[in-house]
Amino acid sequence: MTLAIRCQDLVKRYDGRPPVEAVRGLNLEVERGECFGLLGPNGAGKTTTIEILEGLLTPTSGEVEVLGLRWGKADNEIRQRIGISLQETRLSEKLTVLETLRLFRSFYREGPDPRECLAKVSLEEKADARVGKLSGGQKQRLAVACAIVGNPELLFLDEPTTGLDPGSRRQLWDIIREVRSAGRTILLTTHYMDEAERLCDRVAIVDHGQVIALGTPRELIASLGGEHVIEFTLACAPAEAIDAALAALPSVSEVRQEDDHWSLSVAEPHIVLPLLMETLRERHCELTSLTTRHASLEDVFVKLAGRHLDDEPVNA
Amino acid sequence: MKANPQAVNQQRYWALGELTLARLREFYREPEAVFWVYGFPILLVVGLGIAFRNQPVEHIKVDVVASPKAQSVVEALAKQERFEPELVSPDEARMHLRTGRTALVVEVGESQTPSYQYQFDPTRPESVLAEAAVDDALQRAAGRQDVAEVKVEDFNEPGGRYIDFLVPGLLGMSLMGGGLWGVGFVTVDMRIRKLLKRFLATPMRKTDFLGGVMLSRLLFLVPEVLVLLVFARLAFGVVIYGSLAAVAFLILLGAVTFAGLGLLVASRAKTLEAVSGLMNLVMLPMWLLSGIFFSSDRFPQAAQPFIKLLPLTALNNSLRAVMQEGASLASQLPEIGLLSGWAIVTFVLALKLFRWV
Repeated sequence: MTLAIRCQDLVKRYDGRPPVEAVRGLNLEVERGECFGLLGPNGAGKTTTIEILEGLLTPTSGEVEVLGLRWGKADNEIRQRIGISLQETRLSEKLTVLETLRLFRSFYREGPDPRECLAKVSLEEKADARVGKLSGGQKQRLAVACAIVGNPELLFLDEPTTGLDPGSRRQLWDIIREVRSAGRTILLTTHYMDEAERLCDRVAIVDHGQVIALGTPRELIASLGGEHVIEFTLACAPAEAIDAALAALPSVSEVRQEDDHWSLSVAEPHIVLPLLMETLRERHCELTSLTTRHASLEDVFVKLAGRHLDDEPVNA
Repeated sequence: MKANPQAVNQQRYWALGELTLARLREFYREPEAVFWVYGFPILLVVGLGIAFRNQPVEHIKVDVVASPKAQSVVEALAKQERFEPELVSPDEARMHLRTGRTALVVEVGESQTPSYQYQFDPTRPESVLAEAAVDDALQRAAGRQDVAEVKVEDFNEPGGRYIDFLVPGLLGMSLMGGGLWGVGFVTVDMRIRKLLKRFLATPMRKTDFLGGVMLSRLLFLVPEVLVLLVFARLAFGVVIYGSLAAVAFLILLGAVTFAGLGLLVASRAKTLEAVSGLMNLVMLPMWLLSGIFFSSDRFPQAAQPFIKLLPLTALNNSLRAVMQEGASLASQLPEIGLLSGWAIVTFVLALKLFRWV
C-alpha cells in the first residue's frame, strides 16, 4: 500500500526583501493509519508545510505525493479523500451548526450524515445553535466535524487546540483519538509537546523549515539518554565550576545550565539524587529549588535546537 | 481503503443549493442588512416623493415698498389667491430680497398713471415667475385687455411627474448598490475570514460557489424590487406603461451586470477598507452622472459619450423608457448590448483575477 504522505526536498521560498525560506528541504513519510505530528515552535514552517500538503500552496521545489496522488494532476480526487482544519477559519456566525455541516457535506461525493458527524464531536445538542454562539472549544470541534464530514482517509489538523482551555483540549484529544481509531491517517501540527506526546504515533520535530528529529515520542525521549530530568536552582553561584562534577555522576547523560538553573538528563534519579546532594554540600551551594520529572519532547527540542519551544523564533 | 464504511452514505447533496441557502440565511439573519437593502430605497422614495410632490403653483411672496399708493397695489394683488403681498420699508425689502424671503419687490411710482418698478434676481426661477405673474396682474388691474382667447386645461397624468422619473432611477441605483455590496463586500469578507481558503480545500466546484453568489443575489432582488415598485404604486400611483416582462428582463440584466462588477471589485481585495474604497470609486461617478435623481442630459455635451458608456446610465435610461414611455425591448437594444458587454467583460476579468486566499 502506498504511503499516506510522501514529500521530498520540499522548499518554499517567499519572495520579498530579503526572501524568506519558510521550508528548506523537508522530507516526510507518513504511513497509512498513523497519527503523525509536526512539532515545532511558531515560525518553524509547520503551517507552510501542511498547506503545501493540502494543496493550498505550491512549493518552490520538491516532490509531494498525497495518498499516492500528485497535486496539479488529481486535485479533485485528492480533495475528495482528505479532510482539513485550518489554523484560523471563521465559519459563518449566522448559520447554525447543522447548516454549516450540511454545506460542507454537500461538497463531497460521500460521507456520514451531518447529524452523525455532530455526535462524533459531541455537538448534537448544539445542532441548531448559531456558530457565533459557540465557545472556542465548540468551534474547534465543529471545524473537526467539517473536516471529517467527507469521510476522509487522511486528515490534516493545523494547530487543533491552540488557544483552548485545558478541558477543551482534552476533549478535542479524545475526539481526534476516536477519529484515528476509525482507521484514518492524521497529520497534525502543534507547538504543544504534551499534545504531540499523547496523540501522535510518530513525531517529526521541525525547526527552521527542516526536520531535526523523527521517531515515536518514546524513541525521541529515549534519545536524551535518560527518561528523567532533575532540575535545580542555586542561591549563589558555586565558587568553582560544578558542571564536570555533575556530568561525572553515574546515570547522568547530560548537563545543561541556564543562568542559575541546572537540568540533568538522568536514567535513574534515585541513584543520582543522594550523590547530587553530596556534591552540592561539599561545595557549600545552597539549593533554592529541586524538582524531578519525566523527560518530554520539549527536552528533546531544547537539546537539539538549544532553545525552548515557546521562545521567539530566531531569525537565522 | 474506506474508513468506517457503515457510516458512509452516497446521498446526493446539492452544493449549489446549499451555498445559495447559506448566503440567503446569512442575509436575512442580519437585520441591519435587511433594512439597508429594503428599507433605504423606500425611505428615499418617500422623502423625495414628498419633497418634490407636484403642488398647485406655490404662493408668490411679493414685497411692496411703502408709499402713498402702495396700499392699493397690495389690495389689488391680494385679490388673487396665489399672491402673498406684504407692505415693507425699503430697507426690509432689500433684506428680504437678499435672503430669498421674497421673490420680487415692487415700488409704486408717484405719477398719475400707474407706474411700477420691479426688483428681483433674474437667476432665480421663482423670481422670474413672480415678475411675470405680478406684472400680468397689475397690467390687468390698470385696465389692459387681453386680445386672444385662451383656455387652460390641467395636466397631471402619472408618467410625467418627478416621482415617475425618480422611481426607475432608484431602482437602478438599488440594483447597483445591491450588486456591488451583496457580491463584492460579502466575497471579500469571506476571504478575510479564510472561508474562501477553507472552501478551496474541499472538492467544492468553483462554478457552484460563484453560481451560489449569483443565485442568492438574484433571489434577494425579488423582494427588493417588488417592495419598491409596489410601494411607489400604492403611495404615489407610479404606473408602469411598458410590459412587466420587459421591466423584469432589464432588472435581471442590470443585476447580473452589477454582480459582475461586484465580483471584479472583490477579486483581489484583502481588506474591507480596500473593497469599500474600490466600490465607492466605481459607484460615485454613476451616482452623480447616470441620472438617478435628475436627467444625465444636463451634463455638458462633451461628457455625454463617457456618461452613456456607464452601465447605470444605460440601465436607468432603458428602465425609464420602458416604465414611463412604454417602449419595447427592441427599441432598447443598444442599452441592452452595452449592459451585456459590461456583464461579460467584468465576469471574465473577475474570474481571471480572482484570488481564493
